[in-house]
Amino acid sequence: MTEVPRKEWPLWEVFVRPRRGLSHQHVGSLHAPDAPMALRNARDLYTRRGEGVSIWVVPAAEITASSPDEKDPFFDPAADKVYRHPTFYEIPAEVRHL
Amino acid sequence: MYRNDVGPPVDQGADPGAGSDRQAEFDRQAEFDRQAEFDRQAEFDRLIGADERVEPRDWMPDAYRKTLIRQIAQHAHSEIIGMQPEGNWITRAPSLRRKAILMAKVQDEAGHGLYLYSAAETLGVDRAELLDLLHCGAQKYSSIFNYPTLTWADMGAIGWLVDGAAIVNQVPLCRCSYGPYARAMVRICKEESFHQRQGFEILFTLSRGTPEQHAMAQDAVDRWWWPSLMMFGPPDDASPNSARSMAWGIKRHSNDELRQRFVDMTVPQAEVLGLTVPDADLHWDGEHWRFGGIDWDEFYAVLKGNGPCNAQRMDHRRRAHDEGAWVRDAASAYAAKQAARAEQGAAA
Repeated sequence: MTEVPRKEWPLWEVFVRPRRGLSHQHVGSLHAPDAPMALRNARDLYTRRGEGVSIWVVPAAEITASSPDEKDPFFDPAADKVYRHPTFYEIPAEVRHL
Repeated sequence: MYRNDVGPPVDQGADPGAGSDRQAEFDRQAEFDRQAEFDRQAEFDRLIGADERVEPRDWMPDAYRKTLIRQIAQHAHSEIIGMQPEGNWITRAPSLRRKAILMAKVQDEAGHGLYLYSAAETLGVDRAELLDLLHCGAQKYSSIFNYPTLTWADMGAIGWLVDGAAIVNQVPLCRCSYGPYARAMVRICKEESFHQRQGFEILFTLSRGTPEQHAMAQDAVDRWWWPSLMMFGPPDDASPNSARSMAWGIKRHSNDELRQRFVDMTVPQAEVLGLTVPDADLHWDGEHWRFGGIDWDEFYAVLKGNGPCNAQRMDHRRRAHDEGAWVRDAASAYAAKQAARAEQGAAA
């Protein structure tokens, strides 16, 4: 056998669609040498009781995330625009279906 | 770890100026760091105080991170070591139905271990690192798995008592302050209830079988009862880290509280089984089932490595890891070959 560098299998993030009509949701992670093995491992690990009808696996290293600090100024632009919410507007009480 | 979790390197090359300017700059930076540290701690305290969840990329105190890594790793190790006492009976299960059930259960334990290693990795450790710590004895697993499984009835007693105790321990962990651990526990608790019911069913069947089968069921309960009570850990006055874990929202109830809850739930179930628990002091005081003294010397002896199966469990784990190395290597080699071919194909 050719020399293989003794390296850890990369980390994959797993997303499962529980049933049709719902979007894929992050369920956890696992290690696998390549994408097909990651899919098979994800099936055995996260859907042993019919928890899903579709699985995505994504190399964790390929995910670009917003700043680790989740209350970052990054999200500030949305904070002061209350007029984006329907509750911002005053409507006469007698108006229906609006 | 996501690819941008490690920020850009701090520019060390810039000349901050000479002499007093440099000192002033240094002081400003130190003051800034102090303030930032204070703000981060305040935000962490606010999250814990509001019973919100701490997520992987949030700042957290080092001690909180270390406590979680140790607890989650120990929990993960317990799941995979826990495959051994039951794996022991797969080939000797009394029917195909029982065999299929036992295999599914042992597979679940492997799965639980992987959910937990996955949760631990969000704290910045590698699964391989944690396995090394288990293999060299630096990290522990639950001492319950250092007892032998002598008869088929032990599969029943483990499911009913050991998994039953685990459920009582684990249900509050579904509300643990650390998000990934709490989410893993939700998944695990759902699956554990099948484990406990199948154990109960084994004992229920044996207990109503021949006199020999009934005796076998009673013997298993006699042997597993006390070690199951020990699973909740030392009594509250001898559990030094409990208070801090409770303040952090990692632990929600004290060891003794959970132990009492388990006894109260389990004693009436024993009655339904037609079996007794081996405790002459057990009595109902109008509110709770009060139980006799636990042999803590035995608990600490097993914890220190002197239980009946400590050496056997560790030997088997290390051997399984070493003998599985070629599978991991082969999968890596195949992945590398496919990647190289894809690259060649793209170049051509």
